[in-house]
Amino acid sequence: MRLLTHNLLSSHVRGVGPRGFPPRLQATEVRINPVEFNPGFIVRMIPKVEWAALLEAAGNLHLIEVPKEPIQGYEHNEEFLRKMHHVLLEVEVLEGTLQCPESGRVFPLSRGIPNMQLRDEETET
Amino acid sequence: MASRGRRPELQGPPELYYDKNEARKYVRNSRMIDVQIKMTGRALELLCVPEDKPCYVLDIGCGTGLSGDYLSDEGHYWVGIDISPAMLDEALDRETQGDVILGDMGQGIPFKPGTFDACIRKKVEDEFPRTGGKETFHAHLLETLFGPVFISAVQWLCNANKKSDIPAKRLYCFFSSLYSVLVRGGRAVLQLYPENSEQLELITTQATRAGFTGGVVVDYPNSAKAKKFYLCLFSGPSASLPEGLSEDTEEEKPAESTFTAGRIPYRIARRGVVRKSREWVLEKKARRRRQGKEVRPDTQYTGRKRKPRF
Repeated sequence: MRLLTHNLLSSHVRGVGPRGFPPRLQATEVRINPVEFNPGFIVRMIPKVEWAALLEAAGNLHLIEVPKEPIQGYEHNEEFLRKMHHVLLEVEVLEGTLQCPESGRVFPLSRGIPNMQLRDEETET
Repeated sequence: MASRGRRPELQGPPELYYDKNEARKYVRNSRMIDVQIKMTGRALELLCVPEDKPCYVLDIGCGTGLSGDYLSDEGHYWVGIDISPAMLDEALDRETQGDVILGDMGQGIPFKPGTFDACIRKKVEDEFPRTGGKETFHAHLLETLFGPVFISAVQWLCNANKKSDIPAKRLYCFFSSLYSVLVRGGRAVLQLYPENSEQLELITTQATRAGFTGGVVVDYPNSAKAKKFYLCLFSGPSASLPEGLSEDTEEEKPAESTFTAGRIPYRIARRGVVRKSREWVLEKKARRRRQGKEVRPDTQYTGRKRKPRF
């Protein structure tokens, strides 16, 4: 599961409001996977990124070279975009857990697939 | 394959139906792969995704990631969600470029609002649980060739697998979370095989309640085999529905002429043309060319008026 996906994930447990995302990431196994660089996509995704969570996740994974915040005029700064591309799309978490910050519910992550299934009591229905 | 003629969603919940064997069959079957690619292509067409603009797409019921690979080939980034662990294992083996998540779409999409540019889903009926004794949803058994092979995910939502599930509520939960997860002006295309018109109506009502506009596009409405329903949903200002494909616009146009039983009497057919005029000469030459005979080329001198001596 890439960091971009993790950043946009949210816990959909019943009763969890806007603070339900993003889940806290604890990773035990990480892999770096090269991905083709597409600046247009990165530029469009940067406004959606939740920076605090990204920094926290990157800290947990001991990543270096993570930009602290979007810099002015990032659309044309290729170096910045490349760093973001590496952090968001090339780092894959294979094993670990995701924890919802509000309810504390833990979602397991195995083989790169997070298990987001909820028990009956936790769903809206 | 599972028993022919019965809809898979009637046989049990999707996570049990799509076990290891089904998943393996699914991914090895070349016809299946072909059909999935075609349906994903058509879904992308209906999404009217602008060219050269890589989008972040949600593939619901992604299964083995066959459609996801097509999305990656088109340059889009995608995330897939599926309820069957066996299918997702196959997706891992195929090393898809998008991330996959194990989850139940009827419980809602676990993403932040405004995440995705677009969403596709093939096979939707599976998700809706059928309540206890209601017989309305499995009234007739469809004896189509495709039968149990592809099921749309939404169909599963229409069948209740647990007593506590109510189809309408699960549908609404799904559609409302989908609505929030798409950006403003985002689109979703869901391919489905509705069992009957009530099921289709239930699905569209819940989608409208969730705030979507749009409608159902039907491809090849006159063909039993090729007929496909696409539910196109727009989460923004309402746009016009794309047209469905029909036999008239099929690419392989028949090369033969149409044959009619009626015959027009020769004299009446030839009434417009005056004998020996230039027009008549040209027509005769064309007729002989069609018959394969050698005919001199038409020039400015063809059928010109000659001196009375001729």
